[in-house]
Amino acid sequence: MTPLVSVTDLSVAFPTGDRTVRAVDGLSFALAPGGALGIVGESGSGKSTAAYALLGLHRGTGAQVGGSVQVAGHDVQAADEAALRRIRGGVAAMVFQDPLSSLDPYQAVGDQIAEVYRVHRPGVSRRAARERAAEVLDRVGIPDAARRARSRPHEFSGGMRQRALIAMALACEPRLLVADEPTTALDVTVQAQILGLLGELRAETGMGLILVTHDLGVAAGSVDDLLVMKDGRAVEHGPVRDVLETPREPYTRALLAAVPRVNVRRSVEPVPATDDSVLLEATGLRREFGRGRHTVTAVDDVTLTVRAGETVGVVGESGSGKTTLGRMLVRLLEPTGGELRYRGRDIRGLKERELRPFRSELQMVFQDPVSSLNPRRSIGESIADPLRAAGTLDDAAIVARVRELLERVGLDPDAYHRYPHEFSGGQRQRVGIARALAPEPKLIVCDEPVSALDVTTQAQVVRLLGELQRDLGLALVFIAHDLAVVRQVSDRLVVMQGGRIVEQGPADAVYERPEHAYTRGLLAAVPRLGTEEGTEDGTALQGASA
Amino acid sequence: MNGLAGYFLRRALGALAVVLVLSLVVYATFYIAPGDPARLACGPRCNPEQLRQVREQLSLGDPFYLQYWHFLQGLVAGHDYSTGTGVLHCTAPCFGQSYQSNQLVTDLLAERLPVTASLALGAMVLWLLLGIGTGLLSALRRGGATERVLTWLTLAGTATPVFITGLGLLMLFCVYLEWLPFPTYVPLADDPEQWAWNLALPWAALALLESAKYARLTRSSMLETLAEDHIRTFRAYGLTERAVVGRHALRGALPPVIALTAVDLGSMFGNAVLTETLFGLPGLGQLLVHATQTIDIPVVVAVVMVTGTAVVLANIVADVLYAVADRRVALR
Repeated sequence: MTPLVSVTDLSVAFPTGDRTVRAVDGLSFALAPGGALGIVGESGSGKSTAAYALLGLHRGTGAQVGGSVQVAGHDVQAADEAALRRIRGGVAAMVFQDPLSSLDPYQAVGDQIAEVYRVHRPGVSRRAARERAAEVLDRVGIPDAARRARSRPHEFSGGMRQRALIAMALACEPRLLVADEPTTALDVTVQAQILGLLGELRAETGMGLILVTHDLGVAAGSVDDLLVMKDGRAVEHGPVRDVLETPREPYTRALLAAVPRVNVRRSVEPVPATDDSVLLEATGLRREFGRGRHTVTAVDDVTLTVRAGETVGVVGESGSGKTTLGRMLVRLLEPTGGELRYRGRDIRGLKERELRPFRSELQMVFQDPVSSLNPRRSIGESIADPLRAAGTLDDAAIVARVRELLERVGLDPDAYHRYPHEFSGGQRQRVGIARALAPEPKLIVCDEPVSALDVTTQAQVVRLLGELQRDLGLALVFIAHDLAVVRQVSDRLVVMQGGRIVEQGPADAVYERPEHAYTRGLLAAVPRLGTEEGTEDGTALQGASA
Repeated sequence: MNGLAGYFLRRALGALAVVLVLSLVVYATFYIAPGDPARLACGPRCNPEQLRQVREQLSLGDPFYLQYWHFLQGLVAGHDYSTGTGVLHCTAPCFGQSYQSNQLVTDLLAERLPVTASLALGAMVLWLLLGIGTGLLSALRRGGATERVLTWLTLAGTATPVFITGLGLLMLFCVYLEWLPFPTYVPLADDPEQWAWNLALPWAALALLESAKYARLTRSSMLETLAEDHIRTFRAYGLTERAVVGRHALRGALPPVIALTAVDLGSMFGNAVLTETLFGLPGLGQLLVHATQTIDIPVVVAVVMVTGTAVVLANIVADVLYAVADRRVALR
C-alpha cells in the first residue's frame, strides 16, 4: 500500500542575517492512508515547521526547503503554483492553532468556507457552495448551522470557531488533515469535544490525521503513532503505546515527566507557614459590567480567604469569572458589591491614592508574556517600573535590585538591557514574575501564567513559583483552566462556574472526592496519558518537580 | 432599523449643535475684531452721512446679541430686505446679505460651493487612486520600477508647496504642450466633459500634495494585515494571491484610510484657497479670504458653517463606512 504521506530527509532552514537556522533537519516519516500521527516536542523543536512543509507553505517565505515531501501521490516540492494551490485544501487541509485570528474577522464564517469550496470546485454555484458550508458546519456540531453560517467569527465562542476551522478543512474532502495545536487555546471540556470530533471525522471519512502538539496528553488519545521531535530531528518514532509506556530516549522521558498529572498529588509538601494569618478576605464579592438591560454579572457572591504563604488554585471554563475575580483581588478592577479585606482593612472602595500603600503588596502575573511586556522597553526597565513608582530607591539601588531579581528567577543579570523579543516564552514569563516580585509583595495573583507555554517550560515556571513561595513566604492565587497544572501547585482549590464558586476546599480532597457535578465533568475532560498508574511515572514526576 | 434611524438623528443633532456653536464663535470674533465693516463697505470716498446710512442699513449699531439673534431668525424664518425701490425676500435658511455687494449670501454660496465641491471631491478620487495604488504596489511588489516612480512622485508632490506644483503643471500642460485649456470653471451640468478637462490640473496638483501620506498609510496597514493569521489560512487553502489580497487583506487595511480621507476631505473645503487662487477658480476659499479682509461677517459666518458641515458630514460618512467594512463596529 502506498503511504498517504511520505517525507524523506526533509530539511527547512531560515536564513537570518549572517547565519542560517536549521528548523528541521533530516526528518523522515510516513503515514498510511487513514492513519493518525502525532508530532510532539517543545516549542522550537521544528514540529510546526515540518507540518507547514506538507502543504508547501514555506514557498515564497525565503526558507530553504530540502528533501522530498509526497502527499497522496503529489510531489509537494516539485508542484508548480497552480498544482500547489490544488493540493492546499483539496488534498491536504490545515487546521491552525488560534481559531480567533485564523478566520477573516470581516466576513461571515459560511462565506469563507464557501469561498474555499469554490476554489477547489470551480463549477459550483455560489448557492451550492453556501449549502455545502452549512452542511459541513452542521457536521462539526454547530447548532442551527444554516443560520449561524451568516455569523462573523467574533459572534462565535472559541470552541465554535475551532469547529468552523475544522469545517473549512472538511469542505473539500481532503485526504489528509494537518492540525497544528488545535486545542491549545481551549478549555479542557472544549478540548475533549474537539479531539472527539477529529476522531469521529477520521473514522467517517477515512482521511489521515497529523496532529502537532506540545501536549502528550492530547496526542495520547487521538493518534496511532507518535513522532517525538527535538531540535529539528526525530528522536523517537513508534506506536503511541510503545512510546508512552516504554520510552527509549531520555528526552521523551523528560517530556513525559513534565506532563502534569491531574491524579497525582502535589509532590512537594508545602512548608508549613510560620505565619498563617489571613491575608485577603473576600465576602460576597460581586462585579457587573454594563448597565441597564445589558448588565452582565461576571462575578457573583464570591467568598474566599487567602492565608499568608498558601496557594489557592482557581479553576473553571472560559467565561466563569476567574480573571475578573483575580483582577478584583489585587484591585485592578473595582468590585461592584461585597467586601474585600486585606489584613483586616476594607480595600474595596478605596480611591487610587488611598490604595497606593497596598499596590506593592498585591501583585499580578499575566497570561500572555508577549503582550504584557512593553516591546519597546528593555526588560530591566520593565522590572524597574514598580520600584520607580514606589520612589524609595535611587537609580543605582534599583539597578542592583533588578539584577538580583533577574538572577532570582533564573535569568542572566546582564540581560537588563535586552528587549522582550530576544527571549523565549518561558523566559518572558520569568521576566513577568520578576516584575511582580520587585516591590516585595505579600500576595501574587497569577492569571493563567503557564497556559501559553509548552509542558517542559510549564513545569519549570511552576517549579520556580513553588521555590519563590517557599523562600519568600508568598501567598499565591493561581488561576488556570488546566486542572492538572493547578493540582501541582495548590493547597486549596476553588472551582468557578458562571461567576459563582460551586465548590472549594483542600486541593486533594476536591480532586479526589469532587462533590459538585461540574467539578466531576471538568476532571473527566482532562486528557490522560493512559499509563499514569505506573510507578515509574510517579517517580519521574517527583524527580522533575523537586 | 430603529437603532440606525436613532443613530442618524443623534448625529444630525450633534452636527447642528457643532455648526451653531461655530457660527456664534465666528460672529463674536469678528464683532470684537478691530476695523469698521461699514467704512469698508462704503468705500474710500464716503462722507459721514453716507457712512451713518450704511451703518444703519447693516444694523451695525445694534448690540451683539441682537445682531446674532437676527441672524438666527433669518436662518430659521427667512428675512426681507428693502432695496429702496422694492423688497428683496431672502428665504430660510437666510445667511443675510453681503456687506460688500448687497448680494444674498445664499446666492454667493450657491455660486461658489459647486466649484469647491467639484475640486475637493475630484481631487479626493484622484489622490485615493494614486495613494492607495502606490501603497499597494509598495506593499506587494516592493522594488519594482512602477512602485519606485510612483513613490518618488508622491513624495515629491508632498514636499513641494501646491502653488509650485500647480505652476509647474500649468506651464507644462497649458503653455508648452498645450494639451489642456487654461482652467476656468465650467459647471458640471453645462458640459461634463469640459468640467473635467478644466479641473484636471487643479485635481492633479491637490492629489500630488495629498497622496504620499495615503501611500504610506496603505502600505503599513496592508503589511500589517498581510501578516495576520487569517491571511495565512486562505493561502493554506489554495486561494490565489490576488484573491487573498483583494477579498481579505484589502478590506482589513482600508479602515484607517477611510478615517484619514474623511478628515482631509472636510478640511479641503476651507483649505483649497491656494489651489483656487492659482488656477483662478471662484470657490469658497477665495470667497472666505476676501470676506475676512473686508470684515464681511455674514459671508465669513456662512462659509465657516458650510465648511464645518462638510467636515461633520464627511466624518459621519466615514463612521458608516467603517461599520460597513468591519461589522464588529456598532453604530451608536
